Amino acid sequence: MSNGSMNKDIAILGVGMHPWGKWGKNFVEYGVKAARDALTDSGVAWQDIGFVSGAATMRCGYPGYVAGATIAQALGWQGAEVNTSYAACASGSQALAAARAKILSGACDVALVVGADTTPKGFLAPQKGERPDDPDWVRFRLGITNPTYFALYARRRMEMYGDTQDDFALVKVKNAEHGFQNEYARYRKRFTAEDVAASNMVADPLRLMDICATSDGGAALVVSSLEYAKKIGRGDAVKVAAISTVTPTYASSIIEMPDIATDSAAVVDAHSFRAALPIKAYEEAGISPADVNVAEVYDLSTALELDWMEDLQLCERGQAAQWVRDGVTRIGGRLPVNPSGGLACFGEAVPAQALAQVCELTRQLRGEAGARQVEGARVGITANQGLFGHGSSVIVKR
Amino acid sequence: MSEETNAAAGKKHRQPALEGGFTLDQEKPHLIGNQCTDCGSYYFPKAKHFCKNPACNSDQFNDVPLSRTGKVWSFTNAEYQPPEPYVAADPFVPFTIAAVELEKEKMIVLGQVVSGVNPSDLKAGMEMELVLDILFEDESTEHVTWKWKPL
Repeated sequence: MSNGSMNKDIAILGVGMHPWGKWGKNFVEYGVKAARDALTDSGVAWQDIGFVSGAATMRCGYPGYVAGATIAQALGWQGAEVNTSYAACASGSQALAAARAKILSGACDVALVVGADTTPKGFLAPQKGERPDDPDWVRFRLGITNPTYFALYARRRMEMYGDTQDDFALVKVKNAEHGFQNEYARYRKRFTAEDVAASNMVADPLRLMDICATSDGGAALVVSSLEYAKKIGRGDAVKVAAISTVTPTYASSIIEMPDIATDSAAVVDAHSFRAALPIKAYEEAGISPADVNVAEVYDLSTALELDWMEDLQLCERGQAAQWVRDGVTRIGGRLPVNPSGGLACFGEAVPAQALAQVCELTRQLRGEAGARQVEGARVGITANQGLFGHGSSVIVKR
Repeated sequence: MSEETNAAAGKKHRQPALEGGFTLDQEKPHLIGNQCTDCGSYYFPKAKHFCKNPACNSDQFNDVPLSRTGKVWSFTNAEYQPPEPYVAADPFVPFTIAAVELEKEKMIVLGQVVSGVNPSDLKAGMEMELVLDILFEDESTEHVTWKWKPL
């Protein structure tokens, strides 16, 4: 066995994105733009791609369900194998995991991973019809939306750790400052704490500017075996060191979308899903939280960014707000979080978002992030979580 | 009481918003969950097919009333009208929501909080009890649900 197949690393040869926004176009357009940019960035010809791994969108009809094939066809059928993954917000990471498995098994040398979405306005709503067997239907019937869950977590922080709404606003202000410099971000304005405080309350204690919007967007990666990277003179490429897509462990202790009750911990111990995700990633990468230089975490709300910092073990439980107050997580601080601007500046484009996180970390580790550059970044970690026990954490390294 | 007598008395038919999810006892309502006959795990809503405990192979459950009091784990409200299938009054009236921890079952159950209680009235650890209230109503039917009320 060669060195390339002895460890689980793969090379990230190219990254590409379509700017996030509400462009109202077909998702294929965003996906193709991102894919072409990633191919150009990689120097790999489209005809050399052996596997196209798409992240599905559920809001764009049948072409979205077979997103891998749809994008491959739009780029011009060239005989590659395709796959499409759906895992809510973790779709992009699962598509990346599918490509990694194909590469590490030796079934292909170089793959294109792509996710793109066109989203409707307002709250994400369940499918139509009377479906009382579907927990997603039941909770919406009772008036429980996605922001309900974000707000419950935020309030829990306030009750447990003394976090304040001003702390949450600081997260938004920090991310707005980061995203202001990002050409791919949808919201590029230096929002102030006053702006946050003046925005409408959605789910107490969270205001409109504490909660991420939904956006159109597209992101793509070209990934390969380490041997292939060396062969084309890219042995120094940024690498994927770990992909964790572990499911929760029963009994799940935190009330999760879309459930109206947690598992009962009457007979087995309670477990935290968010905390479990990065543990597997750290183990797989052989990297400890102390090695992390930069993180892209799923700030579905401002307060959730603080939860993630603790779940990623970047700081102690209850300490995240103090870190934000001290400027630790700003670019220029000791451990910048969401240098891209995060979901606060992007809004969520579900199948593209986990890939966009990896695009950002790749640029950071290459030293190509321009005004947003985290100096000397060598290890980055992502965290993301969606419906029905889907979540992911990806570690990239130089 | 039959539908006809209800109509004659001008009374609306009462229908649970989640069929079989709670008793319709106006005084002391309970959520109805179920419990695995093998490992003893509780479920709400009821487990239908298999026990979700990965160490348990059981598919047998007994219906059980859940504790009708618990402690606030966290709370929020809905100031924007939720999308369908939520049925909103016109105009929409914001409501408070609590996540309440049941001690015996060691589970957290979400529910609306009775009207008149705002997030500023709640604290983690506060004792709450389960009551029945109207989720929404149409011309002939009151759709009832459980709500949490400070004790």
